[in-house]
Amino acid sequence: MTASNKLMQARDVVATLRDGMTIGIGGWGPRRKPMALVREILRSNLRELTIVSYGGADVGMLCAAGKVKKLVFAFVSLDFIPLEPYFRIARQSGALDVMEIDEGMLMLGLQAAGMRIPFIPTRIGLGTDVLQRNPAIALVDSPYDARQWVAMPALALDVALLHADRADARGVCQIKGPDLYMDALYARAAAQTYVSCDEVVDSSYFAQGEEARYVFWERAQTTGVVHIPGGAHPSSCAPLYGFDGAHFKEYAASAKDPEGWTNYMQRYVHCDADEYLQRVGGLQAVHQLPLPVF
Amino acid sequence: MQEFTLVDRVICAAARAWAHDGEVLATGIGLVPRLAASLCMRSFNPDLMMTDSEAWLVSTPVPVGPRGSYVPQRETWMGFTRIFDNVWSGKRHAMVGPTQIDRFGQSNISMIGSDYAKPTSMMLGVRGFPGNSINHANSFFVPKHSSKVFVAGEVDMVASAGYNPARMARGWSAADIDIRFIFSNLAVLDFSGPDHQIALRALHPGVNVAQVQEATGFALHLSAQIDTTPDPTPAQMELLQQLDPHNLRASALG
Repeated sequence: MTASNKLMQARDVVATLRDGMTIGIGGWGPRRKPMALVREILRSNLRELTIVSYGGADVGMLCAAGKVKKLVFAFVSLDFIPLEPYFRIARQSGALDVMEIDEGMLMLGLQAAGMRIPFIPTRIGLGTDVLQRNPAIALVDSPYDARQWVAMPALALDVALLHADRADARGVCQIKGPDLYMDALYARAAAQTYVSCDEVVDSSYFAQGEEARYVFWERAQTTGVVHIPGGAHPSSCAPLYGFDGAHFKEYAASAKDPEGWTNYMQRYVHCDADEYLQRVGGLQAVHQLPLPVF
Repeated sequence: MQEFTLVDRVICAAARAWAHDGEVLATGIGLVPRLAASLCMRSFNPDLMMTDSEAWLVSTPVPVGPRGSYVPQRETWMGFTRIFDNVWSGKRHAMVGPTQIDRFGQSNISMIGSDYAKPTSMMLGVRGFPGNSINHANSFFVPKHSSKVFVAGEVDMVASAGYNPARMARGWSAADIDIRFIFSNLAVLDFSGPDHQIALRALHPGVNVAQVQEATGFALHLSAQIDTTPDPTPAQMELLQQLDPHNLRASALG
């Protein structure tokens, strides 16, 4: 017997997806988003998706392309451009079903799904419109005290899409950026987890020095690995590259033009990953994008 | 004659927000709150904890803007999951800048409009506001004090909980909410009025009570003593120069 080989192509990942699925997208705002996989979805006929995300341009683009039926979110923002333009358009047109919850509630929902329990009790949401706007989120009595608690429901995902710095063919994924965000929780909350990565390495890589310490979930949580250098662009993949501020500005500006999204799609989505890299200046230019200073 | 501007005065006043907090994470979201928290840690309360606004706790505040050769003094990893561990422990006091605040101290950064399904203006979403408001102390900064911010009625989307008994779940009370101060370009307010009514505590020089009330969509409690916000001290101005070497704060009040 030989070990599983999980290497696959982006189009094969998207071929496994179905209309109406619940898809979690890792990263945070403009940081370490599996954007190449998102672009593959933009090129597909998929529709009616439920997206779960600490949202950035992943959410904006999927909304602009009409792929999203429902969004589970705490925010959608590009950080230095605080308001995500295409998300705003979708929301303000009344076209989007939403489950708007606190950042920590989203984390607990993923955690509950990964632990295979129906909810996690929390105080988060008490006293706010998060409860009013989400009547499906219940208050429950405690067996141990006299208070009511918010029962944050599990956010079980059909699929999680993540981006890592590097991975091997068995699905061991490494993230060296200073923040993992919630990626490990996404991997556990999903029935299938597909990870794009900047580099594919031999399994022996992880045996060197401290490399294994930057692996945050075990390979049984990884369904497939897709090698896409620069695959997080225009979001960041620290320490390999920062986010592309100029590209995000161009993207945000496109939302002001009625033809803007069509033009953006034409230029940056209707092409393969290699062509995309050429159109944004080449992999070397991506690697030179400065890490942000906050 | 000491040289300082209104924003310096506001930052120095706001720095007192954490003065008696002991060892908690001081989070200032946005330039003025961040400088206020940083100034507090460098003066009134050196036991405060602070992040580099990315993924590390630092032992001394990181100056804002381009850093040159400055190296942040890391003391532990503080990615987002760890931030939530801290939030849920209660050992944090955040100062944030909501778009709307109502008489209960409920605040909103999510959306504007009367139809939730179709906002007039979609903003960020509730972010971490719900969790912050039920877990730890919070204060607000308002760069432009007006009745568009301090709204009559309730905010359009209650993102952070306030002293509103109608919204309390069984077993919870006003004692579970801890909103400390509001610092605006006109005044300093707190929640010391009857039943946590928002009270006017200090006016910036040249501002009068009627002006503040006029710019607020609900009745303010007028404290028995309304102070004048103090001038920044030379020592504070020296620290501000170190914390904001590029004077980014000059445009912070718009």
